[in-house]
Amino acid sequence: MTESGTAAGPAPVTEPGAVIETRGLTKRYRGGQLAVDGLDLGVPAGSVFGFLGPNGSGKTTTIRMLMGLIDPTSGTARILGHPMPGAARTVLPQVGALIEGPAPYGFLSGRDNLLRYDSADPTADPRTRRARVGQALDRVGLAAAAGKKARAYSLGMKQRLGLAAALLQPRRLLVLDEPTNGLDPQGMREIRTLVRELAADGTTVFLSSHLLDEIEQVCTHAAVMARGRLITQGPVAELAAGARGRLAVTTPDPGDAARILGGLGVTGIEVDGDRVSAEAPPGDVELADLSAALVHAGVRLRSFGVQRASLEDAFVALTGEGFDVAG
Amino acid sequence: MSRADAAVAGEERAPSPRRSLLWSLGILRSELTTTLRRWRTLALLGVLAAVPVLIGIAVRIETGHGSSPGPDGGGGGPAFLSQVTNNGLFLVFAALAVTLPVFLPMAVGVVAGDSVAGEASAGTLRYLLVAPAGRTRLLLTKYASVLVFCLVATLVVALSALAVGALLFPLGEVTTISGTRIGFGEGLLRAGLIAVVVAASLTGFAAIGLFVSTLTGSGIAAMAATVGLLITVQIMDGIPQLSALRPYLFPHYWMSYADLLRAPVYWDEVVRNLGLQGVYAAVFGSAAWARFTTKDITA
Repeated sequence: MTESGTAAGPAPVTEPGAVIETRGLTKRYRGGQLAVDGLDLGVPAGSVFGFLGPNGSGKTTTIRMLMGLIDPTSGTARILGHPMPGAARTVLPQVGALIEGPAPYGFLSGRDNLLRYDSADPTADPRTRRARVGQALDRVGLAAAAGKKARAYSLGMKQRLGLAAALLQPRRLLVLDEPTNGLDPQGMREIRTLVRELAADGTTVFLSSHLLDEIEQVCTHAAVMARGRLITQGPVAELAAGARGRLAVTTPDPGDAARILGGLGVTGIEVDGDRVSAEAPPGDVELADLSAALVHAGVRLRSFGVQRASLEDAFVALTGEGFDVAG
Repeated sequence: MSRADAAVAGEERAPSPRRSLLWSLGILRSELTTTLRRWRTLALLGVLAAVPVLIGIAVRIETGHGSSPGPDGGGGGPAFLSQVTNNGLFLVFAALAVTLPVFLPMAVGVVAGDSVAGEASAGTLRYLLVAPAGRTRLLLTKYASVLVFCLVATLVVALSALAVGALLFPLGEVTTISGTRIGFGEGLLRAGLIAVVVAASLTGFAAIGLFVSTLTGSGIAAMAATVGLLITVQIMDGIPQLSALRPYLFPHYWMSYADLLRAPVYWDEVVRNLGLQGVYAAVFGSAAWARFTTKDITA
């Protein structure tokens, strides 16, 4: 009802500075299953781009096609201006990637894992290898555990190791698939700070996540996928603006509050304990009048206000379904 | 100006081939150390090193009872076994004769079968490819490291046999199969040559293992399939009714290395063996390449 116009719009705006650009990118697996269907994605340079979608919506297949691990059935993908997978040797050294979780060699130490991944890169200078590995370990806070076998790492430590592998060289693009998976809240915050730092240095970050608030906190742009199709993409502020906020009232008298708000023409009222929420009234209604009406009617208020629409509201508005529905 | 440009360009281009060679060696070295540092590899090599020890001790105990084990090579045991008591160097040939049909290729099958499939099942393959290792380069590296493993495994058997032979038995002049005698130094050289030929005999099978490894995402399945194939082909090579087929089976000429102990050396079958291995390596290497460079990496 709100933003369907942008979803079905013509070719997306892809500035010359687009770091990732796909045209009609499609993958049909051998079983006939259509995993990604006509994807037109444009990731602007310098953005922190959130890639959202429920499990099974085609995010990982898309990332694998971008990285040249899977051949698209049809359509094209360009990264940093070069076609993939054709220009993989030129493009990939400038791209750091964390794909579908970390995968260390359990029988090697964290440091040896990074040394091995670095020696697989033909553009990596072997003379600076040890120093760069040390810096990457430092950057993700793994320096103290660098000599331990990766088998003994917790999931969070493995995740950090995967990130360190993506940071072995200065990169122009980072593709991070669920980078905070398995991290504790402190670790999540560190990773977010790291992503912001990298973005501030000019690295474009392509971040897939199922945590909407994470995308909201870190990303400047976002795209939403469902069932292999791109539903919408654009700056996060615009996406969230597409959905209206909600009026939230906390009161010891929820029944009266709901009755009075209903009498004032407010719609979508829900009562949950001492919380009453409703669709935000249209712009010409003065909020102060609503609160005054409540107080005059003897409703005691603990809090009153409009909550800004979240990306989650936008997502629900766009897909008409909850976020965790598998495709 | 144009000459200056050319000079600059030349200067820039000059170090790049050396660089890329050096940097390609970097991934090979990483591959080798990664393979050789695994407990599984060390265990395989340990088993291979133990075979000559067992043979040596068995022969020693047998002769300790006062009788030589079957005079003049009788008794139907493995080749060269009867000569071990006279000359410890023959333990090298006997140990290779014992390990070549099964133990050595089995070890190679495990390492080759696991080379790509094991990385796929661990998930490390995708990170090597986005590093980017390059699919052709990675496959060549894998094959090269399997070939090095063939040589290492053979040398482990040979050196262990030499050590045990020198410890338990006398060393001295070597009586060739033709009956002539050659000095110990030359015998040692022949043993080295034989080890290299035995290692080369495994290259065809190594290529098969590599190909099987590109077919599946499970390291265990690839190892089992490769070793199963080895046993099947070995059985086929033993069936006389398949005589038309047998000369084309990869293990058919494996035992020809014994011809290197003749005087003069009889090269025909050794060359045929090496040629056959080359054909197998080319066919299955190409198949592995065709498969690996076009495959969707979903693991």
